[in-house]
Amino acid sequence: MASLVGSRVERKEDKRFLTGKGRYTSDINIANQTYAIFIRSPHARAKIKKVDTSKALKSSGVVDILTGEHIAQDKIGGLIAGWAIRSEDGSEMKCPANPPLAKDSVNFVGDPVAVVFAETLDEARAAAELVKVDYKVLKAVSNLGEAMNSEAIHDGIDKNMCYDWLLGDRQKVKEAFDKADKIIKLDIVNNRLIPNAMEPRACVIDYNTASEEITCYTTSQNPHLSRLIMSAFGGVAPENKLRVVAPDVGGGFGSKINLYNEEIVCSWASKKIERPIKWVAERTESFLTDTHGRDHITHAELAVTNDGKFLGFKNETIANLGAYARVFGTVTPTYLFGPCATGVYIMPAAYSNVKAVYTNTAPVDAYRGAGRPEATYTIERIVDKAAMELGIDPIEIRMKNFPTEFPFKQTLVHQIDSGDYVAGLNKAKEMADYDGFAARKKESESKGKLRGIGVTSYFEACGIAPSPVVMMLGCGVGLWESAEVRFNPTGQVTVYTGSHSHGQSHQTTFAQIAADELGVPIENIDVVHGDTDKGTFGMGTYGSRSLTVGGIAIVNACKKIVNKGKKIAAKMLEASPDEVDFKNGEFIVAKSNKKKTIGEVAFASYLPGVRDEVKSPLPEGEEPGLIESSFFDPANFSFPAGSHICEVEIDPETGHVKLDKYTAVDDFGTIVNPLIVEGQVHGGLAQGIGQALYENAQYDDSGQLITASYMDYTMPRADDLPEFNLGFTCTKATTNPLGVKGCGEAGTIAATPTVMNAVINALGGKEISLPATAEKVWKACKELKKSNAKAA
Amino acid sequence: MKTFNYHSAKDVKEASKLASSNSAFLAGGMTTIPSMKLGLASYKDIIDIKRIKKLSGIKVSGKTVTIGATTKHSEVAKSKEVKKAIPSLAALAEGIGDPQVRNRGTIGGSIANNDPAADYPSACIALNATIHTNNRKIDADKFFRGMFETSLKSSEIIEAIEFNIPQKSSYQKLPNPASRYAIVGVYVAKHKTGINVGVTGAKSCVYNDKDLAGALSSNFSSSAIDSVKVSESGMNSDIHASAEYRASMVKAFAKKAVEAC
Repeated sequence: MASLVGSRVERKEDKRFLTGKGRYTSDINIANQTYAIFIRSPHARAKIKKVDTSKALKSSGVVDILTGEHIAQDKIGGLIAGWAIRSEDGSEMKCPANPPLAKDSVNFVGDPVAVVFAETLDEARAAAELVKVDYKVLKAVSNLGEAMNSEAIHDGIDKNMCYDWLLGDRQKVKEAFDKADKIIKLDIVNNRLIPNAMEPRACVIDYNTASEEITCYTTSQNPHLSRLIMSAFGGVAPENKLRVVAPDVGGGFGSKINLYNEEIVCSWASKKIERPIKWVAERTESFLTDTHGRDHITHAELAVTNDGKFLGFKNETIANLGAYARVFGTVTPTYLFGPCATGVYIMPAAYSNVKAVYTNTAPVDAYRGAGRPEATYTIERIVDKAAMELGIDPIEIRMKNFPTEFPFKQTLVHQIDSGDYVAGLNKAKEMADYDGFAARKKESESKGKLRGIGVTSYFEACGIAPSPVVMMLGCGVGLWESAEVRFNPTGQVTVYTGSHSHGQSHQTTFAQIAADELGVPIENIDVVHGDTDKGTFGMGTYGSRSLTVGGIAIVNACKKIVNKGKKIAAKMLEASPDEVDFKNGEFIVAKSNKKKTIGEVAFASYLPGVRDEVKSPLPEGEEPGLIESSFFDPANFSFPAGSHICEVEIDPETGHVKLDKYTAVDDFGTIVNPLIVEGQVHGGLAQGIGQALYENAQYDDSGQLITASYMDYTMPRADDLPEFNLGFTCTKATTNPLGVKGCGEAGTIAATPTVMNAVINALGGKEISLPATAEKVWKACKELKKSNAKAA
Repeated sequence: MKTFNYHSAKDVKEASKLASSNSAFLAGGMTTIPSMKLGLASYKDIIDIKRIKKLSGIKVSGKTVTIGATTKHSEVAKSKEVKKAIPSLAALAEGIGDPQVRNRGTIGGSIANNDPAADYPSACIALNATIHTNNRKIDADKFFRGMFETSLKSSEIIEAIEFNIPQKSSYQKLPNPASRYAIVGVYVAKHKTGINVGVTGAKSCVYNDKDLAGALSSNFSSSAIDSVKVSESGMNSDIHASAEYRASMVKAFAKKAVEAC
């Protein structure tokens, strides 16, 4: 049987999704369900003086209305930050309470204050309009740059600062800078993004009055983690009385890591009102209340020699947390950002200093790439600026500073096990026809257009784990992953995983792995995920961790199956276990050439005795059945890397940026399914390009989100994107048996700086802020024309 | 959405009779229905005019193209007659919204709504259109009165729009990258009787840019536009485009339109 790892197996998910048969949370209806509508703050910052529900309670069809007072009375806990980050001075981070329904104050537009449950959705909406909330409106802190000098939003949190964190050695950096020939300086704003999963958040709650068990169907990337948080911190119900199911989920991108107010409130309320509850976000609610991404202000400095060697790097960043610190909110701008800020380079000295601050905006948390896109943007922009100021080719300056020996100890945290950055960049250079750029530029100029080329080399730390390291860095849980593999008596296999697929195609990739390990046809393997009542436990899917952590747990569970199978087969074949080999689904004894298929062995494992023609006594000491589980905690993160090159053509008359060519060469170690990996890269690139050219979440001075619909928030569209030219190099990860590295975020991490480097290259090095909208580019072209005219 | 009475009118007379100050005519519903769902508008009576056969269809004579009010954008875009008589008009229809909008939205609805960033009003201006209603004929330059404002009375129904076939014409737009409405849309049309430059998206209401038209009358070439000053005054300014940018884009897209004629 040919190996399935490495083949372009078509997705098992396709039929269901492409024929509209996916089963999402909002497809679930429970008899007698009520409908929830949340009453949300229209103000960015206000004190709640009074919530009057008297009129609304009398409205037709209303079952109940609950407020922050009720939540407080029942002592239901709030939302939490999952990572404890310490400041440079050793002090603990400062996090405000974040009750599921606000009682005393609201801190961003969309902060929920009360909830109406009614017999129909229309009745819930009508009643919600009758709930009167009396606010004392306060001046909002909506500008990140001014937040530290503004009035404190939360009591006891001075300067609105959660922490002032440092990674690295300031003294060493100073010494490195003293030796430099030149210091390159760069100020950037990493624009705020709204994740915009295609499926809005939703939850359906069913409380069983007999068993007192709550079942919460929800749009989550990590149902087990949601259950843990809802139980341990929310106090909604003990874990054994709480089942969380995340069925088909239509995209997450980090925004569905968090357990949100709505799931806590509806789970708690379902028990209180003894009725099932359904809540589905409207798109406006998604814009306002899903966690947002990025939003940094950074000042960076790079110390270089005249011949382009890097000596040291400083990264001073202010990161926006929004109104509250959420699960990955505090770690995204620190350990997921700071270490990667020195890029793929040998950097003798470096530090990252991050001040995380609160503002009256939606909470900011992990968004595809989480910290690493911001880090890569910073270093790759400043490296290009250095190349320009020193008059060195952008590829040459990168090559000069690449490590060539692995394992490579990266400056700030990571020990990178494997990689070949030179090979990746060389391949990208060739595939992109870098040398032909000058001719293409000339041709564009003959049509009155500007052409630019941009290069990015990145590495990232993903496959988020290992538990001992992440816990040392402040994580509140261990980030291992679990799997259970069940052989049925009749030969099919069910794989239970703690990872969650919300677009990643685990049902295909994980089945490929199990098929190879067990020698069973892929059609006979089902992958089950997303239900705390099915399978062992799991930490979920984010940080490109599913394959590198969850996939390996499956491999290890399969190996346990094979080991047990060997013992059973030995007994059946009258040999000793060490005489039995396992290959292509068969247990073989070489000396006698006798064999049993794994299906026969599985069947025998469930019939541990002798009767008529069945003769399958188990070896002594073996238990019946063929079910094994495994928890995998890798020795390190995985470190994918690559080089991307793109070309843009700009129309100076309109400022329109046409993305003409895009080449991505990535090293993801072993690739299980190239078809799926290419899809992941395509999607990642689209999101990274979106940040570079289109997407920009904007709040006005009063804290109103002025880009709260698709009329104003620009998503990248298929016709904005070129045909992507993808290539791969492969250095296997040494920290897992498959040699795999994460691939889900790479495109997003690399694309933004690649596109911006190309735009700025076309503009002759003129700096321009994210996103490079047509008007900004048009203005830059005008100024360029003026300064060129002056020079002439 | 608040409750309302739904009526499906069998003819224009019935529709007009049902109309009041608290009613709306429903054709494609591409603006009316979202506005009602968002609570931005509410009506006592919704009068559906889609079933009135007479209001739909395309007629081409030697000099004019007449399009019934409830004719969908996709029908105009695909019409062989329109493509032959006024190719720029079919192209404009093809560029409205997305396929779903083009398969529901109607020309009469677009014009009656008079969204400052809608495409069709610029065509009406550039192609010297006559708006036929159940009571009268209105010249396009008297029809569009201001932002979302027309000279229609509450019981008045657009029956058809009659466009003059120009010698040459082109519509070019800079779409808003998010909504794909026009940030600026410029419709240049050269008639025997003169030149019109219908501009949409740039100001609170569609207008005929007389300066650009004047420059093109003496020299119908894109270089003639270079010397024209398009003032920022009165231009819209929002998060997508400043007044300065819009003014400049009116020129840039007028040039593109002339080049494409």
